[in-house]
Amino acid sequence: MDVLLIHLLNSLLYASVLFLIAGGLSLIYGVMRIVNLAHGNLYAFGAYVTAWAIGTVAAGASVPVLLVLLPAGALAAAILGAILEPTLLRPFYKRAEEYQLLCTFGLLMILEDLLRFIWGPYPLSASTLFESFGSLPVGESIYPTYNFLVIGVGAVAALFLWAFIYRTRFGVVLRATSQNMRMASALGVNVNRVYVQAFTLGCFMAGLGGAIIVPSQSAVLGMGVDALVLAFIVVVIGGLGSLEGALVGALIVGFVREAGITWFAEIELAVLYLIAALVLLVRPAGLFGRP
Amino acid sequence: MSTLAPALQQTGSTAKSLRVAVSIAVLLALVPLVVPPYGAILLAYGLVMAIGALGFNLLLGYTGLLSFGHSAYFGVGAYAVALMVKYLKVGSMELFLVGAIAASVLITALFGVVCVRYTRIFFGILTLALSQVLWSLAFKFFWVTGGTDGLRVPTPSLFGGLVTGAGDKTAFMSHAYYYYVLIVFCACVALMWMIVNSPFGMALQAIRDNETRAEFVGVRIWRYRWVAFVVSGVFTGLAGALWVPLNGLTTPDIMHWTFSGEIVFMTVLGGFRSFAGPIIGAIVFNYLKTYAVGYTVYWQLLLGAVLVALVLSLPTGIAGTAGKLAARFRGRS
Repeated sequence: MDVLLIHLLNSLLYASVLFLIAGGLSLIYGVMRIVNLAHGNLYAFGAYVTAWAIGTVAAGASVPVLLVLLPAGALAAAILGAILEPTLLRPFYKRAEEYQLLCTFGLLMILEDLLRFIWGPYPLSASTLFESFGSLPVGESIYPTYNFLVIGVGAVAALFLWAFIYRTRFGVVLRATSQNMRMASALGVNVNRVYVQAFTLGCFMAGLGGAIIVPSQSAVLGMGVDALVLAFIVVVIGGLGSLEGALVGALIVGFVREAGITWFAEIELAVLYLIAALVLLVRPAGLFGRP
Repeated sequence: MSTLAPALQQTGSTAKSLRVAVSIAVLLALVPLVVPPYGAILLAYGLVMAIGALGFNLLLGYTGLLSFGHSAYFGVGAYAVALMVKYLKVGSMELFLVGAIAASVLITALFGVVCVRYTRIFFGILTLALSQVLWSLAFKFFWVTGGTDGLRVPTPSLFGGLVTGAGDKTAFMSHAYYYYVLIVFCACVALMWMIVNSPFGMALQAIRDNETRAEFVGVRIWRYRWVAFVVSGVFTGLAGALWVPLNGLTTPDIMHWTFSGEIVFMTVLGGFRSFAGPIIGAIVFNYLKTYAVGYTVYWQLLLGAVLVALVLSLPTGIAGTAGKLAARFRGRS
C-alpha cells in the first residue's frame, strides 16, 4: 500500500514538472501557432540558473535565502524569452511553418551550447536545498519533503494559470488573439505585445519547471532535449494549444512513466509514444484540442 | 506549403541536365585519384548523406511534408546491416542493401499509415514521436542492439565477393568503397529524377500545391502520400546501410531526433525547392560539420547560428540562391 502511495507521489512529481514545461509549450502554440523546439532548452536554462544561484553563488546561505533564490531560473528564462521572441521569432510569423521549426531548431542548437559554454560540461547541483528539507513519513516509508513542495508548486501553477487565462482581462485578450489574430488586431489589440507576453509566460513556466526540479536532480547537458520530447508526448495526448489538455496529458504521462520505470523499464518510452500515437489515431487533435 | 514560393524551377532541357550530371559524376569518380584518402572518405560520407537527404526531400520539397523523424529510417537501415552481421553472419554489401531496403520498407509502410493522415505541424510531431520509439528501443534493448555501445560492422565484401576488404582498411574505404558508394549514389539520383518527373511525382507536386484541387482532379491523396513516405524512407534507409561500413559502428545516436534535424538542416542548406539542393546541402553540411567539430567544441552553436542566419536571409538555400544569381548574371550579359 505504502509502495503504491510512493509511486503515486512520484507520478504527481513528474506530472507537475511536465505540466509546467508542456503547459508553456502549449500556451505558446495556442496563441502564436509556433512549435518552439527550443522550449526544452529554456527549461534547462531555468534549471542551470537556479542551480548556479543556489549551489554556487549563495552556497552555504540559510534555507529561506535559498528558497527566495529558487525562482531565479524562472525569471531568467522569462527574460530570455522576452528577448528571443521579438528578435528571432517575429520575422517568421508570415512565413511557412517549416521555417519557424527550422529557426527554433537552430535556436535549440545555440542554447544547448551556450549552456555548455557558460556552465561547463559537468552537472550542476543544488542538492543542499533538497537535503535541508529532510523527509516526511508516508505510512511506514519516508518521502522527501521537497518533492511535496514541487507537487504543490505544480498544482498552484495550474490553478494560477487557469485563473489568469479565464478570469482576467489579459486572459480574454490572449484567448481572443489565439482564436482570431486578425480580428483581435482589428479590434485594437496590440498583437505584437500579446505575443511577447504569451511567449514570456510560456518561457517562465518552462524555467519554473527547471528551477523547482533542479534541487532534487541536477542540471545536466541534454536535459532540455529529453524534456522537450516528453513535453511533445504530453501535448500530443492532451491536444496542442490546450492547457487542460496539458494538465491531463502531464498526469497520464506521469503515471505511465512511473509505472514504466517500475514494471517495464525497457519499453517505457516506447509505451508512451504508442499511447500518443493511439490518441492521435482516435482523436487527431488530442483529447482536448480544437479539431 | 501551398503558400510557399513558385513551382520547382526546371533548368534547361533534360539533355542539358544529363550532360551536367554525367560530367559531375566523372569528376566525382576522379576524386580518389587526386585527393588524399581522408578527403575521399569524407566525400563518401557526404555522398551517403546526400542519398538520405534526397529521399527526405521527396517528402519536404515535392510532397510538402516536413518529417522530423527521418533519423529513424536511416537508423533502420544501419541497424538492419548491423543485426545481419551479428545474427546471420552476412558479409556481402549487396545482401546488406537488400536487407536494409526490406527493413525500411516494412517500418516506413507501418509508420506511413499513421503519419500521412496528418499534414503540417502534426505530421512533423508524429514522425518525431515515432522515430523516438525506435531510438528508445535501440537504446534500451542493449542485449540486441548493444545499447549506447552500439554494434560494430566489419568491412563488407563488394560485388558478390569480387572485392574484399582484406588488408588496408583506409585504402579500401577511400577507393573500392568510395566507388561503390558513388555507383549507388548515381543510381539513386537517376531513380529519384525519374520518380519526381513521372506522373507520380507530378501528382505529388499537385498535392503539395493544392490538396483540394488535386483531390478533385482524382489524385488519391492519402495513397500518394503514403507511397511517397515509403519511397522517401527507403532512400534514407539505404543511406543508413551505406553509412554503417564507412563508420564501422552504429549507435542509437543516429536514431535520435536531433539527427533528423540535421537531415532537415542539410536539405534546407542546399535548398529544398530544387532537385539538386539536398545533394549539395548534404555534401556541404558534411564538410561544415566536420570542420566545425574539429575547430571548436561549440560546433553546435556555430551550426545553429548558421541555420538561423540561413532561414532568415537565404530561405532558398545554396541551390536557390545560386540559381537566382545565375539568372541575374544572364539577364545582364
